[in-house]
Amino acid sequence: MDTAKLFPWFILLNPLIAAVLILVATRKNHGLSAVISTMSAFFGLAAALCAWSLPEVHSSVMWLDFGKAFQVPFGVKLDHLAKAMLLVVTGVGFLVHLYSTVYMEHDDARSRYFGHLALFMFSMLGIVLADNFVMMFIFWELVGASSYLLIGHWYEKDSAADASKKAFLVNRIGDFGFMIGILMVWGLLGTVVFADLQPAVAKLVADQKTNAPLLAFLGVAVLFLFMGPVGKSAQMPLHVWLPDAMEGPTPVSALIHAATMVAAGVYLLVRITFLVDAAPLAQTVIAWTGMITALMAALMATQQNDIKRILAYSTLSQLGYMIGAVGMSAGNAAMFHLFTHAFFKALLFLGAGAVIHGMHHEQDIWKMGGLKNRMPITFVTFGLGTLALIGFPGLAGFFSKDAILVAAGQKSVTFLVMGLVTALLTSFYMTRLFLVAFLNKPMSEAAKHAADPPLVMTGPLMVLAVPSVLFGWGWAASLFHVEVPHGSDTWHVPLLATVMLVVGAGNAVLIYGNRDRERVRIPLFKDKFYFDELYDVLIKVTQEALARFSSFLDKYLIDGLLVKGASALAFGTGFALRFLQVGNAQAYAIFFGLGVIVLMYLAFR
Amino acid sequence: MSFPVLYLLILIPLAGAFAAMLNFAPKRSCLAASAANLLLALGLMPGVQPGGEKFRYLSSIDVVPALDLKLLVGVDGLGLMMVLLAAIVTLCAIQLSPQVKTGEGGFYACLMLISAGCIGAFISLDLFFFYAFHELALIPTFLLIGIWGHGERIAAAWKITIYLALGSFILLLGFIALYLAVPLEARTFDLRKLYLLQESTGGIIPTEKQGPIFLTLLVGFGILISLFPFHTWAPQGYAAAPTPAAMLHAGVLKKFGLFGLLRVAYPLLPYGAQKYGSLLLFLLAGNILYIGLVTISQRKLDTMLGYSSVMHMGYIFLGLASVNVIGQSGAALLLFAHGLSVAALFAVMGDLRERLGTTHLDELGGLARSMPVLCLFFGLALFASIGLPGFANFAAETLVFFGAFGADSVNVSSPLHFTPIQWTVIIGLWGVVMSAVYMLRAYRKVFFGPTRSGLGEMLDVAPGNRWAFALLVAGLLIVGFYPKLLLDLIKPGVQPVAAKVAQR
Repeated sequence: MDTAKLFPWFILLNPLIAAVLILVATRKNHGLSAVISTMSAFFGLAAALCAWSLPEVHSSVMWLDFGKAFQVPFGVKLDHLAKAMLLVVTGVGFLVHLYSTVYMEHDDARSRYFGHLALFMFSMLGIVLADNFVMMFIFWELVGASSYLLIGHWYEKDSAADASKKAFLVNRIGDFGFMIGILMVWGLLGTVVFADLQPAVAKLVADQKTNAPLLAFLGVAVLFLFMGPVGKSAQMPLHVWLPDAMEGPTPVSALIHAATMVAAGVYLLVRITFLVDAAPLAQTVIAWTGMITALMAALMATQQNDIKRILAYSTLSQLGYMIGAVGMSAGNAAMFHLFTHAFFKALLFLGAGAVIHGMHHEQDIWKMGGLKNRMPITFVTFGLGTLALIGFPGLAGFFSKDAILVAAGQKSVTFLVMGLVTALLTSFYMTRLFLVAFLNKPMSEAAKHAADPPLVMTGPLMVLAVPSVLFGWGWAASLFHVEVPHGSDTWHVPLLATVMLVVGAGNAVLIYGNRDRERVRIPLFKDKFYFDELYDVLIKVTQEALARFSSFLDKYLIDGLLVKGASALAFGTGFALRFLQVGNAQAYAIFFGLGVIVLMYLAFR
Repeated sequence: MSFPVLYLLILIPLAGAFAAMLNFAPKRSCLAASAANLLLALGLMPGVQPGGEKFRYLSSIDVVPALDLKLLVGVDGLGLMMVLLAAIVTLCAIQLSPQVKTGEGGFYACLMLISAGCIGAFISLDLFFFYAFHELALIPTFLLIGIWGHGERIAAAWKITIYLALGSFILLLGFIALYLAVPLEARTFDLRKLYLLQESTGGIIPTEKQGPIFLTLLVGFGILISLFPFHTWAPQGYAAAPTPAAMLHAGVLKKFGLFGLLRVAYPLLPYGAQKYGSLLLFLLAGNILYIGLVTISQRKLDTMLGYSSVMHMGYIFLGLASVNVIGQSGAALLLFAHGLSVAALFAVMGDLRERLGTTHLDELGGLARSMPVLCLFFGLALFASIGLPGFANFAAETLVFFGAFGADSVNVSSPLHFTPIQWTVIIGLWGVVMSAVYMLRAYRKVFFGPTRSGLGEMLDVAPGNRWAFALLVAGLLIVGFYPKLLLDLIKPGVQPVAAKVAQR
């Protein structure tokens, strides 16, 4: 095996080694654990950068082998798409590790934290490098598990323990459909390897007419597959876990619940574009799911007061854009937005972490205010992140969002309008957040005495600000082959988007400028369209009711009536037969033998 | 014939039992015996690599020559995997036994007898002894529950005794019928001869007789495996059983039934298996869906684990029902994986019960702070049991699902037109979600949240016991990362079986 082939294996296994080392060797030494984990993240980043000079690499070993009937290789594939995603995962990953060393310095379970973080990196890199569906599923589930562990880091808090459980279960519901989809694709085409599926699907598509039923079947399969991304990328109606996941430490929110794990759904869909594009019905569903999520999540974000939750709903909304773009056959635009969003959203979360750190664990924006003067570095970088997110012309988010809006415009006016309204709302809620937390007057003692954190924490903010500003230009955009085509027919899109930006921000300034409390109350948005309540009721009347009913059946019907009844019958007969009792062992043997003969006769007559 | 090394596998635990009975350092001598047995089983592994003669290390002692009845032992990869499972679980069960207050010698002797009986059954190639060894293992199980059990131990012991004795009896009928159904001149208890005949004649048992015999075996084995609706003995029995007895029974002894289906019923009665395939699908769906729901509503850790182990039997049945190499290999691998994971879960439960005096979920909470190691092992075992990738259970369940889904070719005439077995796969996948629901809820309730008053000062797992937990988990992880290790052993044992039925 030549060294180029070993390269992706190194990228994949390096964080696993760190995780194992921490588990078996340095559990007691928190400082060393942090160093091991951060070093491995650094190696990952270095490797990801080196990977650009490599040709496409594909290397695999057989994992489950049943000949032609069923083969699952364990393989890594380092192609253009994977390389771009690697940059996001390792880049943001390394900065988050660095930031965590200070953010978590007073935590008495840092070893566990860094161990889990390394485990997460392993799982996420597995998704990026996976060359087949089963391996994708493996790491997909592992990402869910490591997210479970990290959300529940402060397990003594009921809210954190509940949130982690909820996240895992909601993801599992998505994975249920994902696996059905994988089985259907395999049942139809006989393989789970992407590289073999692609030509098989192409062959089907080449002859639409004769293969119509096969393609219809494939379409249903893609819909099931899509359940995976709906869970992992927190799309409606499985979005409910993501806001609760904010119970985890803030650096975790930045890495997992903003930049990488939640983007895995988008990544998967782009990875299997050839399947998605062969299923028009699924495409429509995907596009609608994405756009509805984008819009509704933005509406919910306008009424939240917790700084992390605002960002969480914003993440939902931006993920909706990306998923929507995939459904509009604009996978490149989706990846472009995934790329830029990862950087500026990580920046915003880490900025929020700096604020929370400076405010002694206060997350309510109405207790902040005036942080502009107290935390200048955080202020500037957070401001740049905000501008990038709301699509300020010239910043990264402007270009990537534009690419999606253009695609939406080409698909249908409805999608374009939904996209633009979302852009307006985005600009509104982010301006609200920024005004209230940073620009308005301080609203608490803590806000008056807040200060910027040390350089290890502000450093990542400053580093992340660079791609947030610049990655819309030149090299970064060319990564995704997105020609932002501002010819004569699409010039109105960026213009309209900018109008939306101004209207949204302007309204926010009008409503929230120099205010110290919320003036608008829309319970429907604040209470998140009552999804949680709805699910609680739904679970109560379905699963829990069924479970209680089954339990009742088991206790009283199967065990009670049937089993006890049978034994009562036996005892009853025993009582009657007591008269046959002769107290002689041979007699019993004869009875036994007679019984056997009767039964055998009944069975074989 | 070379040195009859397989007899040692039975004799070593018997020697341990004997030493315990004489009260000769019961725990230590049993530990030594089971460790020696595990080493011996590992040492036999190179000898069963695929290729050549199917069964290895053959030895035989004539018992009743007229009936061709002999104590014939031999293993293929599948058999040796079961021996390995039994040896690992025995060793850990002995180590993790809580303090025994009265009759320590008898207690450990019973455990070793179960182990010897299980191993005897797994290596027997003679139908009579296959059956008899299992009986040998059942009796000490009843004693352990009745004498050293918890809670309503007497009632539980009676229930499990009557139930399992009934199952064994039905099984005996099935075996006798099987024996008699073979033409007079070919009658034998020797499984190897039966296989050979089956291969050369393409069916030694007349097609029309296969149905009832298969059904009898299915019900008999089914009761032993807690196939729905013959399952109600299991949760109650496991809740009442002393920890090591629950580990050994749920982890190893119960697997005898599934092993028997794979060894006897499927290869010799392919038509019967085909005839009652849909019945089995219906029952196993009951195991997964219905028992899954019952498990969700459990409020005590012991019965919850009992029900969950009943539920997971459904997946093994699903693999068997696929009747192809993929699914049945998955089922066999799952025998191993489930055996280790359920043993680890019962061990954690027993540890909690021993020290806290309760397994009621509402009375526990926040134990992660004082018992981080126990929390870690419980987490690993539960993630294994809900099929998280990386653990053996995932690899096995993947094979089961793919095997069963691929048992019928997909029907593209209309989307969502699945065949019964494919629907059962979908039910099984939903069961994976339900498993996560009850397992994570239990984990949350026992270990997370604020520490409940009175539970703050608990000691963690005794350092001397850690290696036993680690051994169980390590087994799951090694096979989970590299399932080929066992699959290469399993496949030759399963392949002819599945091929036979596929030809039809």
